[in-house]
Formats: sequence, structure tokens, C-alpha cells
Amino acid sequence: MGADLVVRFAGEGGQGQVTAAEGMAEAAARVGYHVQTFATYPSQIEGGPVWAQTRISTNTILTQGDQLDVLVALNRQAYENHIADLRDGGIVIYNSKDFDTPPPGNAIGLDAEALARETGNPRAANFIMIGAVAQLASMPLDYFTDFVKVRFTRGRPNDAEIINGNNKAIEVGAEKASASGYAVEPLDQPTPSDTKRILARGNDYLSMGAIAGGLEVFYGYPISPATTILVFMENNLNQEGQFVGQTSSEIESIAAIIGAGYSGRKVMTSTAGPGLSLMHEGIGLAWIAEIPLVIVDVQRGGPATGLPTKTEQSDLLSAINPGHGDMSVPVIAPGSVADCFPAAIHALNWAERYQGPVILLTEMSIAERNEDVPMPDINAIANERRTVSTGEMGNRRYAGRTISPFPVPGTVGASYVANGSEHDEQGDTTHQPQVHVDQTERRFSKLALLEDGTYDSENTSASVAILPWGGSKGAARAAYNRLRADGTDLAWYFTMFINPMPPALLEELRSKDLVIVPELNYLGQFSSVLRGLGINAHSIRQYTGLPFKEGFLVEQVQAMMKAQSGKLVRA
Amino acid sequence: MSKRNPEYDFKWCPGCGDFGVVRGIELALAERTMRTGEPIEKTALIAGIGCSGNLVHLQEGPQPYGFHGIHGRALGIAYGIKASRPDMNVITVGGDGDMLSIGAEHIGPQAKRNVDLTAVVMDNGIYGLTKGQASPTTLGGVVTSTTPYGKLEDAVRPLDLYLAHNVSFIACGVSSKPKELAGLIGQAMDHPGFAVVHVMSPCTTYNDTYEALKGNPAKGIEPLAHQVPDSHDASDWNAALALVKQPGVPVGIIYRNPNSVPLHQRFAEARERIKPRSRSVEQMLNALAI
Repeated sequence: MGADLVVRFAGEGGQGQVTAAEGMAEAAARVGYHVQTFATYPSQIEGGPVWAQTRISTNTILTQGDQLDVLVALNRQAYENHIADLRDGGIVIYNSKDFDTPPPGNAIGLDAEALARETGNPRAANFIMIGAVAQLASMPLDYFTDFVKVRFTRGRPNDAEIINGNNKAIEVGAEKASASGYAVEPLDQPTPSDTKRILARGNDYLSMGAIAGGLEVFYGYPISPATTILVFMENNLNQEGQFVGQTSSEIESIAAIIGAGYSGRKVMTSTAGPGLSLMHEGIGLAWIAEIPLVIVDVQRGGPATGLPTKTEQSDLLSAINPGHGDMSVPVIAPGSVADCFPAAIHALNWAERYQGPVILLTEMSIAERNEDVPMPDINAIANERRTVSTGEMGNRRYAGRTISPFPVPGTVGASYVANGSEHDEQGDTTHQPQVHVDQTERRFSKLALLEDGTYDSENTSASVAILPWGGSKGAARAAYNRLRADGTDLAWYFTMFINPMPPALLEELRSKDLVIVPELNYLGQFSSVLRGLGINAHSIRQYTGLPFKEGFLVEQVQAMMKAQSGKLVRA
Repeated sequence: MSKRNPEYDFKWCPGCGDFGVVRGIELALAERTMRTGEPIEKTALIAGIGCSGNLVHLQEGPQPYGFHGIHGRALGIAYGIKASRPDMNVITVGGDGDMLSIGAEHIGPQAKRNVDLTAVVMDNGIYGLTKGQASPTTLGGVVTSTTPYGKLEDAVRPLDLYLAHNVSFIACGVSSKPKELAGLIGQAMDHPGFAVVHVMSPCTTYNDTYEALKGNPAKGIEPLAHQVPDSHDASDWNAALALVKQPGVPVGIIYRNPNSVPLHQRFAEARERIKPRSRSVEQMLNALAI
């Protein structure tokens, strides 16, 4: 028996692979497995190479899985592209309609579309595939037929017909797999969790976190892979006192949330790299005029249009220092779907507390994947609001070298000018040198209010540490676990609070001989930031548009540690 | 110079049309405050940059809230304020550079949303603060520092542009008649929807058009500015288009959509419609329970 099943559905867009992968994950999650999905597609409505992967496990899942137990190849090209990822003894299910000769090795030919037609439901090809995969891993079919019943009971007259058709398809797929005589290691029985769990997509979970965190106003413009946040908000941010709007551009998005933040609301927008670039001037305005707001940047491959539907961690430097001028923008980067909910709450709280812009930096691989996470306790959320002026400061909104009460428009006796030019205490433009000094220092001093970030650490006595950021956390943790099991003396650190970092974490990292930073960009952006903070940090870099694999990180860490120990000996 | 802050280191040139616009806004706000009893702090005055942007600092006496932002984005900021705080009275001010060049892309969307705000556009036909470059409303052929051979582009026709976007209230005034201008701004503020008050506001340093607007019989100069005739039906979009296609600058109310429904009302109605589908966070999370 095994703890893990990794299956990939690959083919042309529109062949139902994402639905199959997500359906399989949802059914497995309902009976108590941990699940994670991952999908990658081209930037087009239909067609092009699409693949979706599901990992099902009795253990907590950290990555989408390096190697496949089952590859479902819906065309010849998909087979060629993905066969290298199949583990020894893995099984290929191939679309027999698209292959003249069967591929070598353990291979099962299925014409899922034809089989689906035979069941009377031509749209059930996904369930033919799911049935076959379930059979190969010796999973009870009722996991899936029960899921179909729940999913398709929608109160429509033809519910029963659809349910029966889909369940028939599951059985047909299972029979075909069974007849082949092939099997992978049977998957262990799940151990249902004592705590309530949910299955969530990263962007949806982030959006729910923001609404739970007191979000009132949201503006956005469609852009992959951030669009699903805008869609979620359009459908759900509709209570009394809330507003959501689609803007005409990211420039209008940032302008509109500046207006909404200025008017006293808790506000957010979401975008990806190209939109973040368009927002740079506006973020500077929010920084100098001291307007609380949150920008979600769902990173994708860049620059320019780059890789719109692939993952990358290459916006870090432009998140911390967006645009021109002296500023350092707070950045929070969740490391998993589970992190997205609290990260959104923290980001809104930080913005309110220090009265300025905060960037919530996530990435395609987190945004678009489904993961099972514990049901959050929404009664335990601490929602912060900015300290507001009741007129006690008069017009002197920008008085003092640190935070001051925020005048909400409408408050009598507290009017001021929120100013994007350098300004005096009441917001009137001035170019006097000492005022620029005072106000610049005032703005930077407020960052000290954000030094309450937390971090994880383990085996902290080791002189070499691994410190991933954002979505590279899972693969790095899997690599760390394997290295520790092999007796490697390596320390583990992770924080989602990238700027400013928790001061105690910085102290610890400064004491290390080497801090290894796995990150998905060419420049080694986070390690360059860390070196500027006096930490001997070096990156493991990858820029393929895909997430890290655990095995690759194990090898890279070993190589870096070997080189480092050589250096220490020579010293 | 602002009386409330003698150190304030900006002032307009003597005779600048923008003084008349400030006066017009002040008079309109004073009238509104008297009439409604609403404190002036319920008004927010939003500007981009340029000579016009400094207007938000020049208000005398009790102050509205102000925002002196970045170039071209006053309408985007105002949209953000009004949609999230429908209780506020929101006014934007901007020049022909701020509103019709870099910021022109924001006119159409506010018109389509019919955001209930008043945009005062101060048109002097030049970039003044940067010392005399061609603006969208500088006439074709005019020599400026950036058009040494005469401007090769045609001038933007702002009133045509507002009409094409279906702006729901369009008026035109001149800065030399602040009382009349105040009346137009007052009506624009009362209009439930997106209102533009276009003001001919001459730049005495780089593009002095006072004489051209007012005319000078001694020199045989016919006035460009003329009153909108009493016979004009402002609720008729086609009549408005015919009016702005005539030579000269029509002063008065050009168009007013009598059936204007502003964005915040549309959103409130939609909210009522979808109430049965509206979910708490707890319900959203429970829908994903496994």
C-alpha cells in the first residue's frame, strides 16, 4: 500500500482534463484524503496544450509531485511531452483514437469519447478517465459515484439522468482498466480528519480572507491569473456598505482604490505583473499621500506580456520599490493556498495600521490550484481599522514624525489636502528642504509599526539555512524534510512577511554562514534583498514558468552546501 | 496665495482665468451649504496636477476636503470616492492637459457609469505650468515651444467629445463671469449623474484669449463666446450637437439628460435584486466544505 497517487491529464484544451483533475481531487478530499491540483494552459480560449495534475495522499501535501504514477495522454503530442515525468512502473492511459500504434510499456488504450457516447452521456468522457485511474490505484468506486451524486443533484428534472450517465462512465472506465491487468500500488485508506476542512482554490480563498478581514470596496480589471479574484468579488462583495467595480484599466483601478481608501473605506485591487507596472505611479501617490490600500499581484512570467498563464516569482523587486522615488512598500507573500486567507487579512490590517499601500504578492501556481485546508475560525480574526481623526488635530493631517489620526472626509473641522506633491502638515505643497526631510522620515518611520510579522523555524542551530519565499515554500519544505531525514544539518525558515521582515528573523539569518533561497526568477531577487540586509544569501534559481520540483532542490542544496563547506575549510 | 497658509509657495499669474474658476466654485459651494445645511466638509475637491491642480489649496474660509493627486487621474480617484461614499459631494478640477490629454481616457468610463460627480474643466488651450507647450485644445497651426512649425495636429473639440460620450450634463462657462459660472456649477452638482462644466479660462502668460472670447468692436473682433439661446432644448441631444457644431463657444447649459440614473443608485438597485443570492463569509466557506 502507498501513501500517494500522482496523476496527470494532458492533451489539447477543451478535452476536459482540468475538470477530470479537479473532480478527482474533490471526490478524494470528500473521503478524507489530502489533495492538491495543478494546471497549466496556454493563453487562449480553446485548444493548445493543457495539462492538469492531481495529487492524492494520506499525508499533508507540499508539492504537486515530481513523478507521475499515471499519465493520461489525450493525444500523441501530450504523450511525447510528458512521458519523461512518468515514474518507473507507472501507467499510461492513452487516447486510442489519436494513436496509430500503442506506446511502449504499461499502456492502456481508451477512446473515452466513444465510450462516453455508449453510456448515453457524450459529455462524460472525464468520468471514463476518472474511473480508469481510480481502478488502477484500487480506490473504491463509490468514492466517486457518491461525489457525482452530491455534485450533480441540482434540483433539475434531468439530475438523475446525468448522475446515472456519469456513474455508468466511471464503471466503464474502471472495467477497461481492470481488463488491462495493470495496476499501481494501491492507495492507502484515508483517515478522515477530526477538524472541518474545505477544498479551496488559492484566489477564492484569498478573496474570502479579504472579505472576512473587513474589505469594503474592491476595484479590478481582468488579467490572468488575477481575474478570478475580481470575479469572486463581483459575485460576493455586495452587502450594504460594500462596493465592487470593474475599471477601464489598471491605472483606473489604482486611482479608484486611492479614492475609496481616502474616503475611509478598507480597499483592495488585484492584478498581475503588467497591471502592477501600470499602477506604479499610483502606488507612489498612496505612499506619499498616506492612503491605506492593498494591491494583490498574482505573479506570472514577465516582463511585458511574458508568460501570462505560467508561474514565476519575478515581481518582488518591483513590489518593494514600485516606480520612482524614495519608498519601501510593505509586501506579504503567502506560501500556499492555506496561507492566502490569513495573508489577505494581514495585508488589510497592515495598510490600515500604517496608513499606506501594501502589496499582497502571490503567484499563478498558488492562485489557480485547489488544496484542502482546515476551515478557518472566522470568530478569531482581528480586524484593524485606521485610527481616525475626530477633528482634534484640526487641519494638520500630516503633523509629526510618525503616524497621525486619519481624517475621514465629511468629518467637520478636519479637512486637509491629500497631496501627491511634497507637502506641509495640512497638505499644502511646499518644496522646502526641511519639510521634505521631515515628511520623508515620517513616511519611513511608519514601517516600524509593521514589525510584528511571524515566521516558522526548525533546527535553528545549523549554520546553513534554507529560506524559500512565496509559493516555493512547499517544494523547499519537501526537500528540507528529505535532506533532514538523510542526516543533513540544515535550518528551516519561512515567513510571508517579506517587507519589513520580522526583526528577530533577520537577526537569526545574519548569524548563518549561508542562507539558501530557492526562487523562480533569473536575478535572484530575494537573495539580493537579503544581502542588502547583511545576510549571506544565495539563490537557487529557476525560470521555466513551472514550479520547483523537490528532487531538483535536494540536488541544488546539496551542491551549494558542498561548495560552502569547501569554502569554510579553505578559510 | 492661500490665506490659511502664508508660507504656501505657489501662486497664479495676475489675471489668470483660474481665479475666476475658484470664485465660481466658492460661490457655488457657499450657496449649496446655505441651501442644504450640509457642512462644507461633505464636499471633496479632487485635482490632478498643473496650474489647475493648485486650485484645491486656494479655497478660502472653511475648507472642503481636497486631493491634489497625479497627472490625469482625478476622475479615477473621484469615481473611487463617490462609489464608496455616495453621501459625499465630489468635484474634480483639471485643465485641458490634465483632463483632455493624459486623463481623457477616464471621461468615457465615468460617463457610461454615470458617476454622480461634477468635473470642472479649465480650458486655457496651453500647458501653462511647464511654460507654454501645445495642449489638446491649442488650435492647429499655432506656434508654441513644442510646435515650432505651427501645431500639426487638429485641436480637440471638448464639447463634441462630451456629447459623444453621452455625458449626462454638459455646460460651458467663462472664467470672467464667476457668478454665472457658479450657477452652472451649482446645477451640475444638483444633477444626479456625471456632469461636466467646461470653462474657458485664459492663460494671461502663454495664451491670452480674453479679447477673442469677449470680442473687441474697436478692432473688429467678433466675440467667440455667446449665450446659449433661450430657445435651446437642453434635454435634446441632437439639438445640443447642432449647438456645439456652430462657430464660437456657447455659454450656458448645453445638454441635460432628464432620465439620468447615477451609478450609486444602479448599484443599490442591483444589490436589492441579488439579495437572495448574497452570502456571508461563513456561508462562502461552508459551500466549500468537504
